[in-house]
Amino acid sequence: MSAAADPQGAGLRAWLRSPSPASTWQARAQRAYLGWVAFRANPIAMAGLLIVVALVLAAIFAPLLTGSRGLDPDLPNRLLPPSAEHWLGTDQLGRDIYDRLIWGSRVTLYIVGLVSIIVAPIGLAVGTLAGYAGGWVDTVLMRIVDIFLAFPRLILALAFVAALGPGLENAVLAIALTTWSPYARIARAEVLTIRKADYIVAAEAQGASTWRILRKHVVPLCLASVIVRLTLDMAGIILTAAGLGFLGLGAQPPLPEWGAMISTGRDFLYDQWWVPTAPGAAIFLVSLGFCLLGDGLRDVLDPRSGEA
Amino acid sequence: MIEVENLTVEFGRGAATVRAVRGVSFTVAQGESYGLVGESGSGKSTVLRAIARINPEFGGTIRVNGTPLTSKRSRDEARRMQMVFQDPYGALHPRHTVDAILREPLEIHRVGDKDRRIKAALSDVGLGPEFRFRYPHQISGGQRQRIAVARALILEPEILLLDEPTSALDVSVQAEVLNLLKRLQRERGLTYLMVSHNLAVVAHICERVAVMNRGRVVEELTASTLRGGEPAEAYTRQLVSATEGYDREAVRGYVTYE
Repeated sequence: MSAAADPQGAGLRAWLRSPSPASTWQARAQRAYLGWVAFRANPIAMAGLLIVVALVLAAIFAPLLTGSRGLDPDLPNRLLPPSAEHWLGTDQLGRDIYDRLIWGSRVTLYIVGLVSIIVAPIGLAVGTLAGYAGGWVDTVLMRIVDIFLAFPRLILALAFVAALGPGLENAVLAIALTTWSPYARIARAEVLTIRKADYIVAAEAQGASTWRILRKHVVPLCLASVIVRLTLDMAGIILTAAGLGFLGLGAQPPLPEWGAMISTGRDFLYDQWWVPTAPGAAIFLVSLGFCLLGDGLRDVLDPRSGEA
Repeated sequence: MIEVENLTVEFGRGAATVRAVRGVSFTVAQGESYGLVGESGSGKSTVLRAIARINPEFGGTIRVNGTPLTSKRSRDEARRMQMVFQDPYGALHPRHTVDAILREPLEIHRVGDKDRRIKAALSDVGLGPEFRFRYPHQISGGQRQRIAVARALILEPEILLLDEPTSALDVSVQAEVLNLLKRLQRERGLTYLMVSHNLAVVAHICERVAVMNRGRVVEELTASTLRGGEPAEAYTRQLVSATEGYDREAVRGYVTYE
């Protein structure tokens, strides 16, 4: 590695491998570094990371990567095949499909990000509280979770969107409402395995409040499985969002949402195949990337895969 | 310091009730180390867990400093009484550094001067400052148990409840931790209540010992009687001979308590 030859890199490496870290920050950095070393050894996970990083970069640098925002119709140039000028061709309104795909990555990230921000805290809060408190609190919370689990995901999302009206924000809300319940289950299962552990009892013996134990002791141990599950679920979330977009209930035109692009493109599938294929391939690639990343993260983060 | 009177602990309900502790009474004076010994299932750990209110439900009375304990633990009690657990691998949070583990009790009780106290607590248990930012999986079993002792003592309690503090450790490390406990008691005038199935460990640390069997105290004796002289009860004699290794003749004479 080039870092070993570089003296500054060697210093950083020694700092990351020092057997007696000098601060909490260094200890955390060391653990992250060890995780990264383990993660780097897994080429499939690295491929997943690469795809996800590419998605994020595309979203950030969309203005630099594209010639237009892919919103304005250009009817004389409609349905052009892929060429040097239009890399992925143009759609039925003459908009460049490549431009729309790149700008669509922002929509995808927006959905995925918002859903995670809503879903993970709700799932963690409900699950850890149910698992730690036990008794009737557990019963009540888990029956609510059961109710949400009992609905088919897309159907419930459809019902929500139908009630709230179509649109990207409502689609996110609908997806979040149908996705949080498995996280509560995972968190609760995780809590049940650790709630009788001596370090929890020790914290109680020191007079720690329930809130403190949940926040400082229980949640950090549940976080790993929730993050892994969330990454693996990303594919499903993207597909649900695309499904809602396809049905016309998610992002509204002219917003370049990939599912909606397939939906309008399917009319041209036989004669102008590139119109629905390009966004389809993008959805496929990003879903695959998140799945591979999740698998790799599970190997690194799973507390049961061993310490050290 | 600790007065236990007619303590009973039951698990389960109805026909499935298990009476783990049946009417145990003993008194531990200030600055004394008192041992509870007995075989597995004799109820010795349950007594300790009742005093620490890990099992909140118990019958009879437990008084600490003359105040009867209720089933709900108060925050001030944590500053008077702390516990060291049997398994040093399970007693420390796997995601917290030593620093975070020692800092937590100080944060809970809003004690100032945290950094100085953490450093002092580490050196008190014979660990250097290089251990401060390590994770539990980076240190050995004996060192972990020292951290557990440091955590228990950082709030400067008067009473330490020790639940088989050395049984999960190697013999050489056992002696290290036991000597540490002895030194800390001498220096700080701590009161120890120690549970163990190892008579040698108890005889080393404790001045007085209660022998428990099937939820009752069979005999109370001093450590010197335990070490040298003849215990009065047949069960205690059996326990002593059992720790001396397997002896076919002795085993033949054992009475079973059903």
